[in-house]
This record gives sequence, C-alpha cells and structure tokens, in this order.
Amino acid sequence: MPEQIEFDAVVVGAGPAGASAALALARAGRSVVLVERGPFPGSKNVYGGVVYGRVLDNIVPNWWEEVPVERWVVRRSTMMMTGTQSLSVDFRSQAWGSAPYNGMTTLRSHFDAWLAGKATDAGARLVTSTVATGLIQDSAGRVVGVRTDRDGAELRAPVVIACDGVNSFLAKEAGLLPRAEASHHTLGVKEVLDLPPGAINERFGVQDHEGVDMEILGCTRGIPGGGFLYTNADSVSIGVVVSLPELAASGVRPEALIADLKAHPTIAPLLAGSTLREYGAHLIPEGGYDTMPALAADGLLIAGDAGAMTLAAGLWLEGVNFAIGSGYAAGQATDRALSQGDCSAKGLASYRADLEGQFVLADHKRLRKAPSLVLSERVQQRYPGLICDLAEGMFTVTNPTPKAGALALTRQMAARHGVKLRQLAGDTLRGLRIFG
Amino acid sequence: MSAVMPGAGKWDGISFAQRMATVDFRIGARAHIAVDSDICRSCTTKACVSACPANLFAPTADGGILFNYEECFECGTCYMVCNSDGAITWTYPDGGHGVVFHHG
Repeated sequence: MPEQIEFDAVVVGAGPAGASAALALARAGRSVVLVERGPFPGSKNVYGGVVYGRVLDNIVPNWWEEVPVERWVVRRSTMMMTGTQSLSVDFRSQAWGSAPYNGMTTLRSHFDAWLAGKATDAGARLVTSTVATGLIQDSAGRVVGVRTDRDGAELRAPVVIACDGVNSFLAKEAGLLPRAEASHHTLGVKEVLDLPPGAINERFGVQDHEGVDMEILGCTRGIPGGGFLYTNADSVSIGVVVSLPELAASGVRPEALIADLKAHPTIAPLLAGSTLREYGAHLIPEGGYDTMPALAADGLLIAGDAGAMTLAAGLWLEGVNFAIGSGYAAGQATDRALSQGDCSAKGLASYRADLEGQFVLADHKRLRKAPSLVLSERVQQRYPGLICDLAEGMFTVTNPTPKAGALALTRQMAARHGVKLRQLAGDTLRGLRIFG
Repeated sequence: MSAVMPGAGKWDGISFAQRMATVDFRIGARAHIAVDSDICRSCTTKACVSACPANLFAPTADGGILFNYEECFECGTCYMVCNSDGAITWTYPDGGHGVVFHHG
C-alpha cells in the first residue's frame, strides 16, 4: 500500500501559478503541498524575459525591495525589420526605473524560487524532484488527489490545482485540454549571452539596473512569430517565438532563426564579443481566449500555462503575470469552496467568475482577435518590408530629383509588396479595434 | 518567404554540440520518450526532425527515426507536430531528472 498523505489542497507545479495558489491557501490557513518535478522551482521553465509587477502589488507588498531582479525595463522598443533594414518605435520612461516600477527582466530559476519561497514562508509544504504522474479520482469521477513517482506516494485533497504548465498532463487526463493541438502553440527558443554590464549600459543607452525590452517583427523567415532581445544584469536574452505548425512545415531549424537575428546589421553590434551561456526552448500556449479550456472540474482547477493564459499579441507579451493572477485566484476559490464544503466544479465556479472580472480573462477577452491579426500573412510577411521601404522612401534624400509625397510613396510601396490600400486601411482599423 | 536575413542558413559560429553543452542535464536511467520507428517509416513529413529544438530526432537509412532522450528540453514540440497517434510516447523524466535551466 503506497503512502497516503492528506492535505486541504494539492498544487502541482511550483512555477508562478502554483506558487501563488499555494501562497493564497497557506495564508488562508489551509494545509497545502506544492509539488515540483524539477530539483528547484523554475528549473523547467524558459520564458522571454520580462515580468510585469502590478499583479504582485496586492500579493507581496513592496515586492520590488526583495524580488531577484536583473534590470528594471526603462526602454521598450518595437522593431520591424527586413534583412537589410529596421524601423523602431523606441519608448523610454525614467518613471519605469523607480518604484513601483513597470516591468523587470529576471531569470526563472531566481524568480520562481523566490515566489515559491513566499508560499513556504506562509506555511505551504514544497516537495521538489517529484512528478505528479496522474490524477486520483473517486468512483463518481471527482478528483481527490494525485499519484507521484516518489515511492508511489499519493497526495490526497478535496481540490487539486494543476499548474503543471503548457503540456499539462493533468488537465489532459481530466479532459480539459486536447492531447496535442499544435495550432494552439508557439515554440520559443532562446539564447542567454554573456555580456559585461558596462557593455550593456553603453550599447543599450542605460545605467546600471536599467534595462531594455525589444520586440521584433519580420525576423522569422516569414514563419509567423517574432523575435525578442532583453537585457539582464550581465547577459542578454535573445530568441524567437514561432508558430509550431508553420515551423514544422517550413523545415527550418529553430536555432537557425536565432542565428539569423544575431547576424542582422541592427542586432549584431549589440552582441559583439558576447558568449553563449545557455540555450533553451519552451512551448507557449497561444490559442487565446477562444481556445481556452474549461478551468474547473470536480475537485480540479487549472491555472497559468495549463489554462492557456498567455498573451503574445504584438504589444502584449505577457504570461507570468497571468500565471500569478490566476494561481492566486485559484487558491482563493479553493479556500472558499472548502469553507462551503462544496469542491465540485460548481463549488469552484467562483474561480472563473473572479478571473473574468479581473485582468486575467478581461485582457484575454479584449484581445481575443489579436493573435489572428498579428500572425496573419500580411502582418508577418508583407508589412515589415512595406513599412521599412516606406521609411526608406521618406528619409532618402533624392534631390535634385523630386521626391514623391507620402501618399504616392505609400501607394508605390503597397504595390511593391502586393498589398492593396484597402487591405492596409482595413488592417489598420482592425488593429485599432483590437488594441484601441 | 520574405525577409530572408543576411546570413540566413549560415551558422553563427556556434556548433549545435556547443549549444547543447551549455545546458545542464541530469540524465535519468529511464527513457521518458519512446519512438515507434515502425510508425515513423510510413511518415512522409517527419516534422520532429527539423522542429525539435534539441535536435534529438535523426532519420535512419531505412526510413525510421533514431531518438535520444538524454538531452531533451521536455518542451513537447515533437508530440505536438507528430502526424501519427502512437508514434511518440511522451512522459516527463522521473522527478529531479532531465533538463535543469539556470537562465530560463
């Protein structure tokens, strides 16, 4: 007979969602175990590089005084590029460089461990190096715990919160997620490159502790997706995020896309002399609001990437904040359900209602049409070149030859890139409707 | 495809082995992913070969697939892009084993 241990709640996965869920439950006085399959929280996680902190304000007051930050983002640059051109909208705010801050670069092995530490400080029990291998269900099909690979030990509780990431086998076992739906996923590949802090400061125009966040369109050989470059304390994170089915169809190796980006004339000088510290990859659930799974079953909630809560829609590139927000809400909903003695899907329904009422699902709902626009053929394959050529046309001095006006240039460049003006106007309007 | 970068297809001076040497793997005794090469022989796309970011899938001369589990990122790309049910059996490595990202 394998060992059975009883808790008020079992949380699977000690990433930001799981740590936040365990924190909420421990604060409510509940006994909660946080199961992590890696040797430490964050050890299985790779992301682009920025955490937006507003969600932490109510969870960890003055979090910025203790969070393991690499750099505070004070510059955000959105770039369109072709092989030989680039055009950036580059915004800087010194307000983002002081409390309460906006976004920070941080590494997941540091950040996730810090947040899980908040949960254990509050009384949660963290068990690492342990895989939750499957759900335990009672005769009525209610989830009542998880099996583990630690001597077959069973962790039992009225509620299991699955924060087991993008591949969530627990959500799949419960029938909440499809087994494998490539079209709902992108692949992120990243390299962390060592670069001395002084070189980062000079090349990116920042002071110590200040950082830069660059998002790049047009650098993925036409495979829907984009690139990124973030500054850490003494390294930079560079990578691409691309549609999984389109990557597979292209036959292009993912790391070759990073090599392309590193060789671009705008990017290469920023990286000169850097050395590779770590290469990594991770899937991202990017189906958006319309493909989001049901978030509750009897005795089960899902949060974070397991619930497809990421936004990678152009101006919005967020995930860790949604994981924290959803995880904390899942912990609170579990506490309420335990108090009411009803841990069925109905008893746990306040979770979804809570998320709909706050930024987690409100943002996903508002931007539900964004992925299809941002990943569309025109935005991905035509507009970066069109816009760069338009800028080149406007900024190239041609005199004594007279220069075409802006409208004539737009017509000319649209025709060159196979875009009709009404399509350009239509997409602009669509963008304004989605993001406005 | 538009936007082919200068240097597209060329290498950045870092070999794939050098890339993978930067990653910490705590290799378990159990292979957490199994590939049924009999099914792979009838697959015409073999999307896993190019898409796997750790480059673990190698086509064999007889049309099958040779797979190494040791340096796996546990990302899920392979089973998501796979055409054939049952070709790839995918689980996590035993607790504490597998990839350990320090700068993820």
